[in-house]
Amino acid sequence: MSENRKPLLHVENLKQYFRISRKQVTKAVDGISFDIYEGETYGLVGESGSGKSTTGRSIIRLYEPTDGKIIFNGHDISGKLTKEDEQYLRMNMAMIFQDPMACLNPRKKVKEIIAEGLEIHKLCKSQEEIDAKVNDVLDRVGLSREQATRFPHQFSGGQRQRVGIARALVMNPKLVIADECISALDVSIQAQVVNLMKDIQDDMGTTYLFIAHDLSMVKYISDRIGVMHLGHIVETGTTDEIFANPIHPYTISLLSAIPHPNPIVEKKRVAISYNKDEEGVDYNAGHEHSFSETHKVLATDEEIERWTNR
Amino acid sequence: MAKFKRDKNERVLSIRDLNISFKTNFGTVRAIRGVRLDLFQGETIAIVGESGSGKSVTVKTMMGILDSNGMIDSGSIMYKCKDKDGVEHEYDLVKMSQKDIRYKLCGKHIAMVFQDPMTSLDPTMQIGKQIMEPILEHEEVSKKEAADRALQLLDEVGISEPAKTFRQYPHELSGGMRQRVVIAIAMACDPDILICDEPTTALDVTIQAKILEKIKEIQLKKNISVIYITHDLGVVAKVADYVAVMYAGRIVEKGNINEVFYDPRHPYTWGLLSSMPDVDTDSDRLFAIPGTPPNLMEEIKGDAFAPRNPYALKIDYREEPPMYDVGGQHRVASWLCDPNAPKVELPEELKVRIAKMKKEAGVQ
Repeated sequence: MSENRKPLLHVENLKQYFRISRKQVTKAVDGISFDIYEGETYGLVGESGSGKSTTGRSIIRLYEPTDGKIIFNGHDISGKLTKEDEQYLRMNMAMIFQDPMACLNPRKKVKEIIAEGLEIHKLCKSQEEIDAKVNDVLDRVGLSREQATRFPHQFSGGQRQRVGIARALVMNPKLVIADECISALDVSIQAQVVNLMKDIQDDMGTTYLFIAHDLSMVKYISDRIGVMHLGHIVETGTTDEIFANPIHPYTISLLSAIPHPNPIVEKKRVAISYNKDEEGVDYNAGHEHSFSETHKVLATDEEIERWTNR
Repeated sequence: MAKFKRDKNERVLSIRDLNISFKTNFGTVRAIRGVRLDLFQGETIAIVGESGSGKSVTVKTMMGILDSNGMIDSGSIMYKCKDKDGVEHEYDLVKMSQKDIRYKLCGKHIAMVFQDPMTSLDPTMQIGKQIMEPILEHEEVSKKEAADRALQLLDEVGISEPAKTFRQYPHELSGGMRQRVVIAIAMACDPDILICDEPTTALDVTIQAKILEKIKEIQLKKNISVIYITHDLGVVAKVADYVAVMYAGRIVEKGNINEVFYDPRHPYTWGLLSSMPDVDTDSDRLFAIPGTPPNLMEEIKGDAFAPRNPYALKIDYREEPPMYDVGGQHRVASWLCDPNAPKVELPEELKVRIAKMKKEAGVQ
């Protein structure tokens, strides 16, 4: 579906290192490449510490990437940003954060939180125009207009996350990075938020980079999935390819760790564990193997043979 | 795993008609409204529900760590245990002062694993010391013996280098390792009941599976009872023998795990089961229970779930449903189970899903 479309976001060999001391450097993201096409949802999954959140934050330039190229809709947003590129990035890319309490300013009213972006970029000529836009986006995320004058603490967790989504959407961005945006919510509320995000995508054609550790939720929302481990994307493919035909042992272990709500089956099942060192896998030695146009696995030739033959 | 039989084992804990309310500046919150629950030796029960449904409050009462504005209005929690000499004691936890519970029962008989392993460990204290602390507090042993016990516990919870971890501080360990340490501390004095309050919510799926398997292993070895509190039905399916579904301070459905999962009767349980993302289906929309949980500050008339319930009957808005016995250990608080109620079919999607689950499990 996405082959002949132009990528909205092109990431090439992105590296994000953090210097801890003079001797020690943490390679949080170690040379990853992927494309996100317009209107699709790309899911990034992996355990904590795999670098998936760092990737999201590097793309939106909350960090200074160490190396690599990020092209966002024709604009190079890696390296030193020119004023125009920075402006373009800030107006067309938005982020939804994990903890809806921590990311909303407790001293501002919801209306002010949502309108902040519009005011900073001077997109509206009058207060009425701002109000109209805020009300519009509130309707879209399913909050009532009366609630706009409340403070974040007066909302429940699910509603707060809706405010976070409204804030991200008010600028009408091309790409929204959702960093674990449902992990802190209850199961029944998670479903509401995921459905809301899908509806918005259908209406507005927004593109999502959806970062999560819960593969079962990612399955519902993503068109394509990238599996990250220790700073590398070890496997990427369409949702069907990843779920029906996983090749990398890490992907297999992630899939087997999802608990199924079926008591008799679940009690007998033991999750497959994966240990990089026991398997003798060296991510740096591997290169990309293509199984289809979309399905790619990072491995050496010898590993591929071993994994495909089992 | 062999199926757990309730009638063969001794009852260790029984909660009867428990009512708890909290006094706040804005009024009284009725957090628990008539909870009745039993726990047998060697059994694992899971309490499921949304945040604010009262599941944590219930177990906090057992531990004597209810917040200071909490009031136990009525009810009893009877707890039976044997001391070292084999003499049987029975305590009513509601009548005991919090201090008494803390000194006599906490740690020694009832232990708890909390949600966030970073905040439940002392960041300034070595891991080994933290495990030795309850042993030295509750038992008359030398420091050397306590240290040996701590090392053995670390080994039991699956830490590969106990001697090294013994001298480390919490910040040096990963989330999964920290949670293992918390379990080791909880197990330090051989409790009869282990309460796990969302033990894996802060961890990711791969580590979650390992921690759950570890708790199960320890439970089988020591024959203790475990209470899980969680909102993840996948976790419940993996560990529990018995399930209680809570909504707005009441238990709305309880029963043997297979009864509740393969034959759910309460519309809220239907909603919970349907909103679980299922790896095997192709549907691209998740079912979501509409609306939000009720405000417990206001008086609830009738069934608390009625406003969110598409199957609500007229009587649901007037009167609270009683607990109906629907066979086996299965109890449901819903007017739909009344003999006079109209027959309501399961939602189509859930029906398909349960049929598939049954087929996979090989049950009729």
